[in-house]
Amino acid sequence: MLTLAILIPLVGALVLAVMPKITQDTARVIAVGTSAVSFLLLLIVWARFDTSAGAPAFQSLAEIEWIPSLGVAWRVGVDGMSLALSLMSGVLFIACTAWPMESSERPRAYYAWFLFLEAVSLGLFLVLDLLIFYVFFDLSLVGMFFLIGRWGHGDSQRAALKFFIFTLAGSLAILLAIIGLVLSVDPVTFDMRTMIDLQPLAGMDLRGGLILLGFIVGFAIKAPLFPVHTWLPPAHVMAPGPASAILAGVLLKMGTYGLVRIPFQMMRETFADYALPLAIIALASILWGAVVALAQTDMKRRIAYTSINHMGYTVMGIAAAGALLNGSEGAREMAMTGAVVEMIAHGLITGALFLIAGGFWTRSKTYELDAFGGLANVAPRMTVAAVIAAFASLGLPGLAGFVAEVQIFVGTFAVFPWIAAIGLLGILITAALFLRLLQQVFFGDLPKAREGFPDVSLREGTVLAALLALVILIGVYPRWLLDLIGSASSAMIGG
Amino acid sequence: MPIGDLAPEIAIIVAAVLSLLFAALAPRNLQAGSAIIALVGIAVALVLLMVQLGETRFTFTGTWAMDGASLWARVMILLATGFCIMLSPDWFRSDPRHGEYYAILMLAALGAMTMAGAGDLLQLVISVLLSSVTGYTLAAWHRDWALSVEAGMKYFLMGALANALLITGIVLILGLLGTSGYQDIALALKLGKGLSPLLFVGLAMTITGVAFKLGAVPSHAWLPDVAEGAPVPSAAFLTVVPKIGAAIALARVVQLVPPEFMNLRELIAVIAVATMTLGNLAALKQDDLRRLIGWSSVAQAGYLLMAITVLGLSPDALTALLAFVASYAIGNLAAFSVVAHLRGRTALSDYDGLAVSQPVAAAALVIAFLSLVGIPPTVGFFGKLTLFITTVDGGFLWLAVVAAANTVASLYFYARVMGRLYFGKPTGDVAVLGRLTSIAVWVGAVAVLLSVIPVETALSAFEMSRLLPL
Repeated sequence: MLTLAILIPLVGALVLAVMPKITQDTARVIAVGTSAVSFLLLLIVWARFDTSAGAPAFQSLAEIEWIPSLGVAWRVGVDGMSLALSLMSGVLFIACTAWPMESSERPRAYYAWFLFLEAVSLGLFLVLDLLIFYVFFDLSLVGMFFLIGRWGHGDSQRAALKFFIFTLAGSLAILLAIIGLVLSVDPVTFDMRTMIDLQPLAGMDLRGGLILLGFIVGFAIKAPLFPVHTWLPPAHVMAPGPASAILAGVLLKMGTYGLVRIPFQMMRETFADYALPLAIIALASILWGAVVALAQTDMKRRIAYTSINHMGYTVMGIAAAGALLNGSEGAREMAMTGAVVEMIAHGLITGALFLIAGGFWTRSKTYELDAFGGLANVAPRMTVAAVIAAFASLGLPGLAGFVAEVQIFVGTFAVFPWIAAIGLLGILITAALFLRLLQQVFFGDLPKAREGFPDVSLREGTVLAALLALVILIGVYPRWLLDLIGSASSAMIGG
Repeated sequence: MPIGDLAPEIAIIVAAVLSLLFAALAPRNLQAGSAIIALVGIAVALVLLMVQLGETRFTFTGTWAMDGASLWARVMILLATGFCIMLSPDWFRSDPRHGEYYAILMLAALGAMTMAGAGDLLQLVISVLLSSVTGYTLAAWHRDWALSVEAGMKYFLMGALANALLITGIVLILGLLGTSGYQDIALALKLGKGLSPLLFVGLAMTITGVAFKLGAVPSHAWLPDVAEGAPVPSAAFLTVVPKIGAAIALARVVQLVPPEFMNLRELIAVIAVATMTLGNLAALKQDDLRRLIGWSSVAQAGYLLMAITVLGLSPDALTALLAFVASYAIGNLAAFSVVAHLRGRTALSDYDGLAVSQPVAAAALVIAFLSLVGIPPTVGFFGKLTLFITTVDGGFLWLAVVAAANTVASLYFYARVMGRLYFGKPTGDVAVLGRLTSIAVWVGAVAVLLSVIPVETALSAFEMSRLLPL
């Protein structure tokens, strides 16, 4: 089932790549349809998923031999965290393929790359083999490189190249760390479940520290955390809106997901030793992301920097959850659940924000905040969507961001009170920057050039409504999501 | 004399002679017939090689090693040579006497094969010389074209120096240990006999001499010129085939010295770092695609040396060496097949927007480059993966870190080409060579991608291989 969910988009991508001339509409229908089928399969997996206390950590397992001499096999399976993340990715990919293209150049290849990225992203969240995890991690770079370089605007080639080089550096650090990790078990295996059970590096100080360093560097670049985030703003600004939404919504999560799945789960002792420095890096990202975002005059850059801030919250929660081997289980569980909910919430919210920003580019070819004003008069529906998304992003109660952040902060207060206290400043600044953005763009005087600014079309409106409905649903009634994610975090922390 | 042990090599000589005779007698429009004779010779040699599967012994009184390492290296040499032959008929279409080319190509392949099997220092010299002399001819084949002649000349000058070093080094070893046979040398060194600084100098000179064939520092300078100036089939051949033979030859020499005596492994590690760093840095600035591939091929030789560094320190070093050599050969040949198909088009700016007019060639070049970077799931990934595993396992973590940093640097120039292909503005019509090179492009790209399937078979075959003397 999970294997099919990965394969179907891949087949869809191949079909699009080799099909002779088809129109943009047909290509989009194929893309949306394929994503929907894959999403449906994930829903079935979810329906069968057992969240009760005694249930096995990983479910819907499947395994096919591939390279036995290296201990590599095609292993898939989900726990509450990876299932939630892949469901969110499924939603976001449907949304982004349904969203209109910014330029109608080469639609076949455009949608093929999107489906390819979907297969790769789902694959990354669903596999339970370190080597295949790495394969998907690398392939996501290739897909995004071509999407940004080919359909981006401005100096997009340079941005794409910078993105590729930065993240490849990170992924090679991860590869070396993975090698270090697998060489410490005999016989060599890349099975994630074995690694989680064996905790092979327990008691190895220097070696464990080096391997952890490799993982942290790699995942910090992908997430991204301060100070290795510099690839992110240009990549986001030059990329087309839907690609930005995927980059922020799905690809960044690979960094935080990897951080939990590999160093957090497979080397608990070493992770606990270095949790404090990691929390400090997260704090730096929270503050740096927020302050720099405040200074941006470019709407997309501003949203991009808030991603760094939000990923900071996530990593702070993860660090707090892993800081101790025993004690404060309740708080640490809460921090972990909050971190995972933040990944989901950030994916949906920032996905919506970047799609809206993309809509601005299609309409007026600029992201400069000064170029807009008073749009509430001409585009009321766009205004409502942007307001909800922005409020959700700044953590207003009743919306998804709040559910996540409240748990992260409560959990972190129990473990690292000072860091949590300083981190709260980030929320304050984020609130300021979003309110100013809304005020500048949607209220005040309408500039002459924007008088004909079209409101969201039916298609755009439907996509945004669906994403934001989920954001509100999670905010108002989070039980269903918390049960799913909580099953994973209690297994990680308690077990 | 156990003449049967040399059956594959004899098949190649016979094919070389027959194709030369055919070329001398056949009319101009039938010159490509020599290619068929050569291919038949390769097929026969491959079958004869398979008979040797599982043999691990010396023959011809210790001068010729028959083991898994040389067997798989020779299989790779023959397959790579066959691929280069596929590129040739279209390329040399206007050359009235090009039938002779195949005879030289076969002899050059023979030189590489004998390098891989050399079990004696003197045998090593002869095989290096055979490979070199034919190599100069292949590089300078377009004798009316200045760049080609220049490439041949530089190759020859570097070669003369490197071969002199090789012979001097071997004379030193011979003088100090009183023998040139690997079995005797290994035995003496295992007992700690004859260890002296002078022996280290002799070994270092020998290594420099073999490094010339490998395109490693300090004897690498010919590679970019040959890649740029030699006819593309020759460039493809010379950047791949001699390297396969040299890799095994070098590994055999290094393995003679136990890791606990002399710092030979450290010397190789230093050469590896210098080679990969220099190759990648030099490739960064190239605005000529063939030179770029040439420098990248220098860098790849640096990665390859990592496996030789940990020989005897990690049990998987030989497996990684063979896997990496195979993956490099596939990736590099795929890249050159695209260049050949595009009639040797070489200025980087001529590759702008090529994806529009030549989608298959552009995609194949991207796939080949991704493989050379080591992005999964191409064959290059598995080469690099096994290489990294064995290097870390052998205790050279720092070397693996340097190689990873180099890989990141190398992405810059590879991705720049990919960017030009897909994001650039197309310029005018693109002329292509012919049907045979088009097939070669397909074969290359598919080999890079589908090598994922037999990877388990290949790795277990390599794992069972031994490198004599044990």
